[in-house]
Amino acid sequence: MKVVKVLGSGCKNCIATEQVIKEVAEKNGIEVNIEKVTAPQDIMQYRVMKTPAVVIDETLVHKGSVPDAATVTTWLTA
Amino acid sequence: MFAIFTHFASWLVYDVLALSPDTKLADALHFFVEDTTKIFALLLVMIYFIALIRASLDIERVRDYLARKNRFLGYFLGAFFGAITPFCSCSSIPVFLGFTSAGIPLGITMAFLITSPLINEVAVLLLIGLLGWEFTLLYIAIGMSVGILGGLFLDAIGAERWLQSFAADALKHGQATQQNDDNEDVAQALTMAQRHAFAKEETKDIFGRVWKWVIIGVGLGAALHGFVPDGWIEAHLGDGQWWSVPAAVLLGIPLYSNATGVIPVMESLLVNGLPVGTTLAFCMSTVAASFPEFILLKQVMQWKLLAILFVVLLFAFTLVGWFFNFIPL
Repeated sequence: MKVVKVLGSGCKNCIATEQVIKEVAEKNGIEVNIEKVTAPQDIMQYRVMKTPAVVIDETLVHKGSVPDAATVTTWLTA
Repeated sequence: MFAIFTHFASWLVYDVLALSPDTKLADALHFFVEDTTKIFALLLVMIYFIALIRASLDIERVRDYLARKNRFLGYFLGAFFGAITPFCSCSSIPVFLGFTSAGIPLGITMAFLITSPLINEVAVLLLIGLLGWEFTLLYIAIGMSVGILGGLFLDAIGAERWLQSFAADALKHGQATQQNDDNEDVAQALTMAQRHAFAKEETKDIFGRVWKWVIIGVGLGAALHGFVPDGWIEAHLGDGQWWSVPAAVLLGIPLYSNATGVIPVMESLLVNGLPVGTTLAFCMSTVAASFPEFILLKQVMQWKLLAILFVVLLFAFTLVGWFFNFIPL
């Protein structure tokens, strides 16, 4: 199972990002474990300055915007 | 070039709605229609073109650039990039930590963060459209100076002592390790199609974020314009009485708006005869010294540093106000 982390302070876009990932996972029947990372110390560890950012299995794949469903699909099915 | 918006407002208010031009309501409505249409048109067109140019500038490159610069140029550049980098206050903490852990001195980071809300392309456009070139240049110069001097001051008093401990550690660590460029995503030349895609997204994003501020700001401006009795502001505050500046700054603190919302109010206050210094002090305090921003910064700063920052800003805006009230332009 993939561990997906959404990094961000909890602003509107972070919630939207989480939503997109959930929907894509459900649609494709992929089991994911989505974690929200909100503490600034933890976000800093990934050297991210633009949120929301997405980390999959400890690899940073995206930062700075809400990803679209097609992009999310390629991450989850890879 | 902007006359078309005046004509449109006149047509809508006097002809279509058939209001008599000398009523307060018509006056306020005219101001509202003219300013919102003008501002929306300006925003849509200009954000797009600015974003086309700016597509290759991003916060990570700014960080890497600032980390390599010498210290004294750094304050100026910090404020300069604060002014031109697109940036939403919800990312101020990640940006703060990103800069800090790259070893950039606190004062330079703060020069960036102080200038950022005060000056941005939307604010500059509105200022030019509503208040003209000279005032815009003045505003930019002041905004950057407040950031630069604020940053210098914070470093001079050794303010990094009062960071939260994890942020202080990150700063020390960043300064100790020579930043060897682990920047794997080397900037590539962007194609026109990529720039267009970026600019389209930016326009949607920024416009989506600021349109309501424009409505609120212009609405308040219109209300001031139409319903505060003519000459009232001028009669009571027009001489730039010394106390009116600190009072304006204090009044601005609990009010929170971004620059987009405050500029139409600024226009209206100036037209109603409020002196330039008092107006600037009020508006800068509204934009830059806000409780939501300070609550965010609490995550990386101790109370003492927050209090110092707060006092520095209030002091700076008061000085700006007095300066422009007493020096005739």
